[in-house]
Amino acid sequence: MADVVTKATRESFGEALCELAKENDKILVLDADLAGATKTSIFQKAFPERFFDCGIAEGNMMSIAAGLSTCGKIPVAASFAMFATGRAYEQIRNSIGYPNLNVKIAGSHAGISTGEDGATHQCLEDVALMRTIPGMTVICPADHYEMKAATKAAIELEGPVYIRLGRLAIDSFNDPETYEFELGKGITLHEGSDITVIATGLVVNEARKAVETLEKEGVNVRLINIHTIKPIDREIVIKAAQETGRIITIEEHNVIGGLGDAVCDVVTSECPVPVRKVGVYDRFGYSGPAWELLEKFGLTETGIAQVIREEMAKK
Amino acid sequence: MNNNDKLQLQILAAKARLGAVLGTFHAKSGHPGGSLSAADIMTYLYFKEMNVDPADPKGADRDRFVLSKGHCCPSLYAVLALKGFFEWDELTKLRHVGAMLQGHPDMKGTPGIDMSTGSLGQGVSAACGMALAGKFDKKDYRVYAILGDGECEEGQVWEAAMFAAHNKLDNLVIIVDQNGLQIDGPVSEVCGIEPLDKKFESFGFNVVKIDGHNFDEIEAAFENAKSAKGQPTAILAKTVKGKGVSFMENQVDWHGKGPNKAEFEQATAELQAEITRLEGEC
Repeated sequence: MADVVTKATRESFGEALCELAKENDKILVLDADLAGATKTSIFQKAFPERFFDCGIAEGNMMSIAAGLSTCGKIPVAASFAMFATGRAYEQIRNSIGYPNLNVKIAGSHAGISTGEDGATHQCLEDVALMRTIPGMTVICPADHYEMKAATKAAIELEGPVYIRLGRLAIDSFNDPETYEFELGKGITLHEGSDITVIATGLVVNEARKAVETLEKEGVNVRLINIHTIKPIDREIVIKAAQETGRIITIEEHNVIGGLGDAVCDVVTSECPVPVRKVGVYDRFGYSGPAWELLEKFGLTETGIAQVIREEMAKK
Repeated sequence: MNNNDKLQLQILAAKARLGAVLGTFHAKSGHPGGSLSAADIMTYLYFKEMNVDPADPKGADRDRFVLSKGHCCPSLYAVLALKGFFEWDELTKLRHVGAMLQGHPDMKGTPGIDMSTGSLGQGVSAACGMALAGKFDKKDYRVYAILGDGECEEGQVWEAAMFAAHNKLDNLVIIVDQNGLQIDGPVSEVCGIEPLDKKFESFGFNVVKIDGHNFDEIEAAFENAKSAKGQPTAILAKTVKGKGVSFMENQVDWHGKGPNKAEFEQATAELQAEITRLEGEC
């Protein structure tokens, strides 16, 4: 196992773009005055002539990206998730989604872990919004290595992709020696037959720790990392429902429209079992240090372990 | 432009209007008013100005056109059919289930459409993206976008204008079809946009004001645009909404409805008479 890398996925994303751009001259990067924060500044420094700052005008940036893609470019348009997918939702839907253009949208500072900036900047709706657009692939990587692989896959895929980036530096848990990323394929991180936890993004590692704790308590938890929320890996979800009979989904997102709903879509039609959706319960966030907020919202190891115990008690 | 060239363009524009009326009649809906006001400019672009080839609609070096006021596609479809991108008969299926010609332009389904549009304000930005790609690739192609005067109420138009000037997109020409009317009434009463020339000038554009139905002025404006170096051009074209069909001219009601059978027949007769008159002058 390689050393643990402690890095925000936004930074891993910026690094990945640079590496990919060396091999692929079609990649151009757009930002809306947040390059330093989204970490597209890493690309900007390496490829200044291929970086365009659109200023604080996210809707315009998305439509410009659409125009660039019609001319054979692979534009990557980055901003905070809130403004990329919220402010510019309709531009993404009509200028990128409807014509199915090859634009990559990066939403940074997603989730409650954005921290001190508070509710206006803690985007809890981006996955829901992007899932509603036909043809849009939605990816939410969980650590440094997964983000690098996901960025490569997003660039290689012909079509629109939304990729969710976090602000908070987090520990890697994947082993780069053995890690394999395949778009649309979930990864079983821990085998188990008592209950299944399906998580995405930053909370995957927290779930991993919770599952280890539960193992010591004699509970066999299956843990699945869903990095591609759309299209979701139906097979892995159905199998989990059939074999464990109970599912908990965990995400740093509103429980409306995110991973939990994507899982429920599959489960309700294919193999109905109880699903408990853990996330942010239809409310706004507030200011505070990221880890304190995650703790408050029950999205750390402790909170997740507690939910697993509660659900096991219902079996 | 010699007189014969002008007559040919006028005939083509009248045919484009005929197509717009035909399409909206068969669709029992659509937007004839703004289609007719922009018909002369679209005709000039496709038959005089732009380097496009119906046999190679996606050619990498072609000029690009974005109809930012996408609802005025009936006349664009007619121009594309006249140019040979698809059969004229498609116009009779406009907006029908399963038809190629959608209510607003669909770049994936219709040959000759360079950008899907319909949501106002976005086309100008997409045109900026195309112009930026052209600059980046050091290609000579030019990008044209037609937008409505009511559309200038969209903030995104001005975001795009800032971007175009900042990036010195002198390969971009936007044409504002100033027919003065929008759905809820005269633009000046709904939410006035004047002085539009000063606005675009202050945003860094080369601004040309013309009569959007006068081919000499249209030609001069596009030639002027080519001489503007380091800045994009905005052509402010004064037009008549519903131009060419007597009962539609300057009538806000004709923004968004199709003609009934009697109206269709009268409009067709008027446009046919105009074509016959022009052909007589050739």
